[in-house]
Amino acid sequence: MKSVSLLLALGLGAAVIAAAACGGNPAPQNTTPAVDTAAENQRMRDSIAAAQAERERQEREAADRAARQREADAAAGRASEEVRNTLASMIHFDYDKSNIRSDDMGTLDQKVAILQANPELRIRIGGHCDERGSDEYNLALGNRRAQSAKQYLVSHGIDASRIETQSWGEEKPLVDGHDESAWSQNRRDEFEITGGGDNLKHP
Amino acid sequence: MVARDLDYSDRFEVITLPGGDSIRLAGTTGPRRSSAGGTAAPRGGTQGSLNYPLYQALGADFALDITAAGDTTLATLHDIAGAGIRRTLRVRLPRSSDPDFRQAVHRLADQALQAAIGTPGIAATRILFVKDGKVYQIDQDGADQKLVSSSDRKAMSPAWASDGRHFAYMEFQAGKGWLYLQEMGGGKRTAVSTTGSALDFTPAFSPDGQTLAFSRATEEGTDVYTINIKDNCCLRRLTVGRFSDNLSPTFSPDGQRIAFVSTRPGLPQIYVMAADGTDQQLFAPFDYGVTGASNAPEWSPDGQSVAFHRDVAGTLQVFVLDVRTRTVRQLTSVGRNEDPTWAPDSRHLAFVSDRSGYRQLWIIDLDTGRIRPLLQQSGARLPAWSPRLSEATSSTP
Repeated sequence: MKSVSLLLALGLGAAVIAAAACGGNPAPQNTTPAVDTAAENQRMRDSIAAAQAERERQEREAADRAARQREADAAAGRASEEVRNTLASMIHFDYDKSNIRSDDMGTLDQKVAILQANPELRIRIGGHCDERGSDEYNLALGNRRAQSAKQYLVSHGIDASRIETQSWGEEKPLVDGHDESAWSQNRRDEFEITGGGDNLKHP
Repeated sequence: MVARDLDYSDRFEVITLPGGDSIRLAGTTGPRRSSAGGTAAPRGGTQGSLNYPLYQALGADFALDITAAGDTTLATLHDIAGAGIRRTLRVRLPRSSDPDFRQAVHRLADQALQAAIGTPGIAATRILFVKDGKVYQIDQDGADQKLVSSSDRKAMSPAWASDGRHFAYMEFQAGKGWLYLQEMGGGKRTAVSTTGSALDFTPAFSPDGQTLAFSRATEEGTDVYTINIKDNCCLRRLTVGRFSDNLSPTFSPDGQRIAFVSTRPGLPQIYVMAADGTDQQLFAPFDYGVTGASNAPEWSPDGQSVAFHRDVAGTLQVFVLDVRTRTVRQLTSVGRNEDPTWAPDSRHLAFVSDRSGYRQLWIIDLDTGRIRPLLQQSGARLPAWSPRLSEATSSTP
């Protein structure tokens, strides 16, 4: 994009110079007095100066446009990254529970908006448990936790086919440690993009 | 080894009597019998001519005298009170370098126990367990630990077939669970059909070895299924818990019933149903809103009990349900104790405990309450105690 506008600006500048040169061609046929010649020369110089000024102005504008484009691209990238981060933000659960906590509903609402603004986007929810519960039961509990988040998103209008779920039980802790601060971080749902994740739009 | 086996049977008190021929003696306490055993005495000079009155005075009920004669080993069990020989066992033990040597000695100890009290022992048994995502086996006396699973995927939930020749286990990867059957000896592995598309876990053999019950987690929740593993067919869903999870099946030894975990009361608790999925009902009583989550049931080989673990004040403890009276008894209280598995004598349980500071396997005798560590390694979990292993089943590659 930006390279195209830059080439266009240079082309315009060249055209202006050509026009100025043409304007100078009739000068030798002119039989007007020297004063007039001087005036004519002055006009030519003015014309050339004006053309140069015009060219510089257009170059500046082109550079500005390019800068603005770069900025817009970066902003879009930043926005996409921001959307991506919002989408990935985890939700957490109480011990041996799979219900969505009220303080996590806002987090899920943001994901609903993102999924609505990006219809191609598909995600996978992974349910995780802490080491405190039973090893095997945690596979069922992790499954419930992933399902809870999916049901929340589906009940807010997201097509169920866009959301995969999986359970990790307690097999993939986020934080090592054997106390409540580690456990509470490990009781979580993770959200990852499985498709349509390029150039995510802000809701 | 034999002395340790008899000791670990928790049916005797075995103590060492100083003496040139290493005679071991025991004193009697309460209902426990006592035994005297002689370790392999090279010349076997005392056989058949024990000083019975002396041993009786020391409180012994039995004396075991083991003699090696060429490639044959003679084990003579003396009945002290009867002042005579109860039984003479003649076995050919492999050389001590033979991989089957230890199991052969364990089988001899089991025969001696059978001769003494009429009940087979548990010396010739092994325990499967999981450590760092791999399945290992270990003899019940803590010797001969071996890796038995071969996959790079994370292994969980080993379970023995009642013939002792096969086990089932689950491999876990990225939210999916595959069930496999593996031969104990050759290590040949077969995938159970239809598994791996969902999260399949906690396999359990029916006593006749024809059926595998397991848990399957899907978008509808987790439910108990069975599949015919002989013909690899006939997948059947036994529970339909749209809003509850049902998992961790365990067959009664007659194959008629399945105990399992259900979250239908909110927290997981122990339920039971007929093997075809009908007549589902609460099995282990609990106080609603008071009793903690209950999990990991295993039906005892004698059919009379179901062991499980229950959350007590934020940590897990091992409980036993009496099937007839439907009453529960708490077995442990020190540290965190979980995933109990029955020995074939239905009076010993192996379980995971962190009582020593890290999670490892322990064995408890329900009758005496005696507890011993099986392993001195951290990170062991999900133990499964074998049935009694006959000669054909105990050899390993």
